[in-house]
Amino acid sequence: MPRIDQYIITHSMKQVSFINLRSKLPFLLLALMLTFSAAVYAQDEAAEESVEDTSGADIAAGEALFKANCAACHRLDRKSVGPELRGVGQKFDRDWLYKWIQNSQALVRAGDPLAVRLFEEHNRMIMTPFPGLSETDIDNILAYTDQPKAEPQAAATDAAAAASGAGGGAQGGVSNTILLGALALIFLLLVIMLFLVYNTLRRIAVAKGIHVEEEKEKRTPIWKAFIQNQFLVIVTSIVLLFAASYFAFGYLMQIGVDQGYQPVQPIHYSHKIHAGDNGIDCNFCHSGARQGKTAGIPSLNVCMNCHMSISEVSEETATAEYSKEFYDGEIAKLYEAVGWDPNEMAYTKDPKPVKRVRIHNLPDFAYFNHAQHVAVGGVACQTCHGEVEQMEVMEQHATLTMGWCIDCHRETNVALGTNEYYAKIHEELSKKYGVETLTVAEMGGMECAKCHY
Amino acid sequence: MASNKKYWRSIDELDQDNEIVKALEDKEFVTEIPVDDFLGDKKTLETSRTTRRDFLKYVGFSTAAATLASCDGPVVKAIPYVIKPEEITPGEANYYASTIGDGFDFANVLVKTREGRPIKIERNDLSKYNGSVNARVHASVLGLYDKNRLTGPTIDGAEVSWSEFDAVMAQKMNALQGQEVVLLTQTFASPSTEKLIGEFIEKYPNVRHVVYDAVSSSDALDAFQNKYGVRALPDYDFSQAEVIVSVGADFLGDWQGGGYSASYAKSRIPRNGKMSRHIQFEANLSLSGAKADKRVPATPSQQLQILRALAGGSTSGLPEHIADAVMKAKAQLQKAGRRGVLVTGLPSVEAQTIALDFNANSSVMNTTAPRLIRQGSNAEVNSVVNGVLSGSIKGLITVGVDPVYSLPNGAAFAEAYKNLTFSLAFTMRNDATAELAQMVAATPHYLESWGDYQLKAGVYSLSQPTIRPLFNTRQFQDCLLRWTGSSDSYYDYIKNLWNDSILDGKSWNQALHDGYIETNKPAFSTYQASSSGVLVESESDGAISGFQENSGGFELTLYTSVALGDGQQANNPWLQELPDPITRCTWDNYVTISKSDADELGLMNKHVANGGLNGSYVNIKMNDVVIENVPVIVQPGQAKGSLGLALGYGKTAAIQKEMQTGVNAYPLYKNFSTVQNVTLEKASGVHEFASVQMQSTMAGRSEDIIRETTIEIFNTRDKEFFNPVPAVEYDHQFVEVRDQKVDLWAPYDTSIGHHFNMSIDLNACTGCGACVIACHAENNVPVVGKDEVRKFRDMHWLRIDRYYSAGDSYQEEIETSDNLGAFETYHKIETPGYENPQVAFQPVMCQHCNHAPCETVCPVAATSHGRQGQNQMAYNRCVGTRYCANNCPYKVRRFNWFNYSENDEFDYNMNNDLGRMVLNPDVVVRSRGVMEKCSLCIQITQKTILDAKREGREIKDGEFHTACSRACSTGAIVFGDVNDKESEISKLREGDRMFRLLENVGTRPNVMYQMLVKNTSEE
Repeated sequence: MPRIDQYIITHSMKQVSFINLRSKLPFLLLALMLTFSAAVYAQDEAAEESVEDTSGADIAAGEALFKANCAACHRLDRKSVGPELRGVGQKFDRDWLYKWIQNSQALVRAGDPLAVRLFEEHNRMIMTPFPGLSETDIDNILAYTDQPKAEPQAAATDAAAAASGAGGGAQGGVSNTILLGALALIFLLLVIMLFLVYNTLRRIAVAKGIHVEEEKEKRTPIWKAFIQNQFLVIVTSIVLLFAASYFAFGYLMQIGVDQGYQPVQPIHYSHKIHAGDNGIDCNFCHSGARQGKTAGIPSLNVCMNCHMSISEVSEETATAEYSKEFYDGEIAKLYEAVGWDPNEMAYTKDPKPVKRVRIHNLPDFAYFNHAQHVAVGGVACQTCHGEVEQMEVMEQHATLTMGWCIDCHRETNVALGTNEYYAKIHEELSKKYGVETLTVAEMGGMECAKCHY
Repeated sequence: MASNKKYWRSIDELDQDNEIVKALEDKEFVTEIPVDDFLGDKKTLETSRTTRRDFLKYVGFSTAAATLASCDGPVVKAIPYVIKPEEITPGEANYYASTIGDGFDFANVLVKTREGRPIKIERNDLSKYNGSVNARVHASVLGLYDKNRLTGPTIDGAEVSWSEFDAVMAQKMNALQGQEVVLLTQTFASPSTEKLIGEFIEKYPNVRHVVYDAVSSSDALDAFQNKYGVRALPDYDFSQAEVIVSVGADFLGDWQGGGYSASYAKSRIPRNGKMSRHIQFEANLSLSGAKADKRVPATPSQQLQILRALAGGSTSGLPEHIADAVMKAKAQLQKAGRRGVLVTGLPSVEAQTIALDFNANSSVMNTTAPRLIRQGSNAEVNSVVNGVLSGSIKGLITVGVDPVYSLPNGAAFAEAYKNLTFSLAFTMRNDATAELAQMVAATPHYLESWGDYQLKAGVYSLSQPTIRPLFNTRQFQDCLLRWTGSSDSYYDYIKNLWNDSILDGKSWNQALHDGYIETNKPAFSTYQASSSGVLVESESDGAISGFQENSGGFELTLYTSVALGDGQQANNPWLQELPDPITRCTWDNYVTISKSDADELGLMNKHVANGGLNGSYVNIKMNDVVIENVPVIVQPGQAKGSLGLALGYGKTAAIQKEMQTGVNAYPLYKNFSTVQNVTLEKASGVHEFASVQMQSTMAGRSEDIIRETTIEIFNTRDKEFFNPVPAVEYDHQFVEVRDQKVDLWAPYDTSIGHHFNMSIDLNACTGCGACVIACHAENNVPVVGKDEVRKFRDMHWLRIDRYYSAGDSYQEEIETSDNLGAFETYHKIETPGYENPQVAFQPVMCQHCNHAPCETVCPVAATSHGRQGQNQMAYNRCVGTRYCANNCPYKVRRFNWFNYSENDEFDYNMNNDLGRMVLNPDVVVRSRGVMEKCSLCIQITQKTILDAKREGREIKDGEFHTACSRACSTGAIVFGDVNDKESEISKLREGDRMFRLLENVGTRPNVMYQMLVKNTSEE
């Protein structure tokens, strides 16, 4: 005898695909219009070329060496662990600099007055010796550090970005408005032209004495005819009713579904820069994902692991929307929150914990465990969270509805691999179902109390 | 043969014509739904201003409004750590070993913490001697989040800083130089605290340290000290016992610190055809009496005679049936030799000495490593009380005790206390003593404190803080360190002391991790009562001599209830709502009286129409002490001429109104003797009890509920004889109900993966209630309050049913039922039941039927079956039709009649931020209108499975557990995977004693029981 629980009704779990219709509609219209606009905008490409220094030192090589050896402690324009280095080549004698860089402590011990003075000035902080750097290397590095500050270049980048912003239709609101305005203008012109032509023709006709016959014949207006035809009315009502309930159902089903939820966070954090451009692994910061129930919002001390020495972003990081000043300001907010004084390089102030806005909110009655999915199931973070490494502002990628969970459980095979836990169960289950792979659902991943307790 | 006893749950059930019982048998929800109130009255309907149309409009409007309101989700904020502690992974629990020692309960425990919040207490299984991890210890975590706690030190009612406090203290102590100041403390059993107190006294030589146990074991301590020279209590290992004779000792309860049920249960499970024999002589029906093979009701004065007779005295003067029982018990004890043990709870040094002497050669009693968890001396406490009353004592520092509440002459003491030159109370709450004290030092909860203990000679334990102090509190020991001029923290002090004299080269970190350490070192210097007041002929014997002259009154035996103990945790709603294992009453204490005495005095218990229990009131008089309006419970098995009353209730200071329950019995605790002569007088009025006992009746199906046999039959007969599988008729033949062909349903294939089963051994279960509280804590079970419990709306997922059956002994009952006709049988076997019923405890939670009646009736498929054997309940799917509860033969489904969290009508822990910190984040808090029930702790089994998956290994037997199985110290509840053929649970399933509850119904439960076997051998 069949049991009722084998027929658990599932239609209510299924998400209807037109949920996003409302939000997609404007884009569809826009796309339609764009097909009429023939203008093609080319994006400027700001190509940079390696500039040879007049002295023959290779600035590019110097930059690479600087980033590899010096950047951990030194910045070009501001104090980090060590002093800022722009123009350092001009400040000191070149030979002295070779010795200092290759082994500063030797100089200090030898009693070199300049070396001793610098050592004392910087709180007796010992600079790592670099005996491996040849004099040419040091020349290259100094050539790089002695470059003047590249102000105009940034401006150029900004301009280029602005241009590309105006060009890429899908990028922002301003261009859309212009386009629409232009189109409206053209349309208006056409109407006026039509009207003028009609009037002119009519005037000519009058002048020529041709009687333009006004349509006087009384025909039943189409709407009256429609009302009179009962069959049509009924059919239309039914169609309208169905359509209305279709949309009403769709609307109701999306209540509480916050797909695309993209709140403004108290400290702007760009996953694109961290996970995308810099390729930091998700688990590096969200270490909880492999260990437990929640992936966790990283604690601020995790940020400080890197940001202790990264107090500003590079020029290239800035985009049209987010300037370098903006990013640097956000890093400053982090310092404020964690109580770090970037000048003193020390935690001096009281920390002020950050109230982040939760993006992914599961209701209390649904239990979700990251470790089960990430560590055991081997599910990539992007499966549920989307292309996070592309997101400047984090948003909710999936619907997080039960239907969405269930669909995945139905389709996904359990990562049996060499996991000893599954060995026996797999052997028995595959015998039962006669298959080699098993979906999560077949392992019992669709039972109510696996997620609801 | 199988048990053919008739069990009943309350006296009313014995009356076949009782309308209420009949009504209860027929209906699940006794109160009629008051439809007629608003629909029956036509006139009201017509005059109502709300027409049907209006009603529909309102419905429509509210639906639309609710829909609109739900369109915008709330913004949820999350605050990440600034610096995440290394050991914390959000969402994962950490466990810390610790020790509770509040002066009454001492135990090694594990503290489960989530994100730095302690949320549950468990047993520390690592420790072989882990004290008594009872219901109170399990519930103690809630005390941490008690909103009535003190938030800082006060002087004359004004909050001050600790430095001011220290200054005033030093000034007062200096002013009192040369005058007597007493440091009145609980039993600490703490080496470092004792050393610290010594140092404190060195600095202030006018201070005298006196230990005061609110519920005293002084007589036993005195007896032991006289005999062995150490102020301690003997330890018993009942698993070694062949014959246990108890005279008034509830050793499965709180007798001498409790914690004996584990070793007792070991000897009670038949192994190789053997189990111990337990004979109990007692007045109140206690847990021990309930578990005894033979229980003889005897008043305290008879008990003393019984004890003397057992030790060689004469039985003259005792009623014949008692004398007979004594002689038989004596013979059995002698036969058992070293494996016999005699224990007594009589509050007399003489009685305790008799027992000590008797057991001198017993292998059950251990005197070389005695227990140190009680140290108070009645004589010394009396001298302090007299000193305060006479004014010779000028200053009193109390630590962890509340003498104004718990002293027998508390009122007089309070007056004198107010006039002291200096009074200082160390306490967590503004209790009765603190209210009158000049200075009040707010102390932290044990989960916020460091501490060390010596529960038993040679076994040292540590307690460690598991949360930063919630309030501005400082523990007593830290204060002593300040006051003696030390700059050490108490932590350093313990560590140094341990490194110097306890650890013996072992690792401190390991000891802290394990929570305890065993060494061969002799007992650390323990508190010694000064010799003046210790001797046998102390005032404490007054009471004993008192109860020989029977003055026509009653002999009252004061006891501590399973729920509240000495009353320290009276503000704990979990404990208030824990049903007493015997009377099944909650939120109350009451005087228990025998049926015949009650009839004589015209006292009654009556079930009213809604099933609630009502009882008369009495005034209890003892010389000039009168306690008015004490409710009465007519207790089957209460010795005639005796009464029982629980201590620990009736607190009014620093306790919220809902929990000011019962009457304070301490005024009757004269001379710290649990036995008193009192007279009774009926008072007017009717008391409404909140008793869950009549909630559902057996409906005449007792044979399928509890099964019982004797060890003789168990050893000599086949399983089919004493534990047959129920049979049903199929094709005009009887077929075992386990046969698939009689089943309506197709079987589930549960052979793959895990298939969870639970086994409950009725022999081992002592009804202690620890599992109920553990279930509360683990599953966020709400507290509903007295009024709701009275309506049987308690939310316990796990209840411990208590069944009475007639007959002094099982044998007698079989004989009666075999030889008499039906009517006479009924009359015969029921009548003596009032006098001395047999008792069986049966924990019942959702039975997780493989063919569950609840699953088939749910219209929304909110309850369904899992392939691991659980009957799953999806709360978010439930619409509250309650069909499932109606269809459940076990009545284990509980309905949320209200929102119990964040609802001022239910002002318990779930109604304040502090109290909600105890909630288990892995389990949802259910809201109004949904059904809930035991889930077999699926959150725990899922976690066990996940851990195994992450580590890529198979799960070994013993890894799976539930909250109740972890809490059960007797091993009665065993949980495991029956698809693991080698597992303990698989073996239990094949065992001879296995039966299932109402198996003939064909529900195929995944919970099984091991039938009760009693050792009825009289030789």
